Amino acid sequence: MADTQLLLGLSFVLFALGLVGVMVRRNALVMLMCMELMLNAVILALVTFSLETGTLSGAVLVFLIFVVAAAEIAIAIPIVLQLSRQRSSLDVEGYDRLKG
Amino acid sequence: MTIDQLLVYFFGACALLGGVLMLVAQHPMRVALALISCMLSLAGIYAMLGVHVVAVFQVLIYVGAVMVFMVYVIMLLDVRDPSFVRRYSRLLLPGIVLGALLAGALGIAAIKLGAPAIQPGAGAAPSYLVQPFSVEFLREYWLHFELTSVLLVAAVVAAIAIIRSGRRSDG
Repeated sequence: MADTQLLLGLSFVLFALGLVGVMVRRNALVMLMCMELMLNAVILALVTFSLETGTLSGAVLVFLIFVVAAAEIAIAIPIVLQLSRQRSSLDVEGYDRLKG
Repeated sequence: MTIDQLLVYFFGACALLGGVLMLVAQHPMRVALALISCMLSLAGIYAMLGVHVVAVFQVLIYVGAVMVFMVYVIMLLDVRDPSFVRRYSRLLLPGIVLGALLAGALGIAAIKLGAPAIQPGAGAAPSYLVQPFSVEFLREYWLHFELTSVLLVAAVVAAIAIIRSGRRSDG
């Protein structure tokens, strides 16, 4: 039915979209969300490979990625809030003098 | 072509549309909604492939926890921020070129792979139902499971440290 190539292609395109989003957008929160999109693309690739090989380790790795994503958000959101409080902006081009 | 296959294509197209909308949308709230729709479509794909555990946790953890948190933060912040109006940075052209190159290279690799078709539902189902998966997960990968709890504790401590250091610098 749905073949591996199609799902892998979708995963690769989503990953590239996330990477372009991180590079191109200037809002820090939007960049974070594009990183989430990249993680989602990786999860899709892991599930596809796990189904293709018939092993469970891919699905287990997906769970570890869920935990990493939750930890990433828990740390990144306070950092973004601090930055926006100090520079009163979410524009990453305003963060050119980070020190201390 | 069965209805299952059509649904996988449909959800894949929805996920792709959500990803493209994330790049184009101006306000971060719209970006968040596009990302949520993309994640829900991916959960639909997982459900159609028979990987119900991942589909359930995709909805519960990503959409239910991570994105709700993100939406709250967007509502907390100022709407008149200049980065809400000018959405693209100076890297617009190189970024798009690099992304297209990466997608092309990975796509060529996927075509060269020439992999066989997955048989969703029928072949892969037994080990991806919730009960067999959980038993296997905790029997085989219990150490990894415990290590993730260490990671979560480290994340909590780090978040508290960031907030405290920010308060100190404020005076």
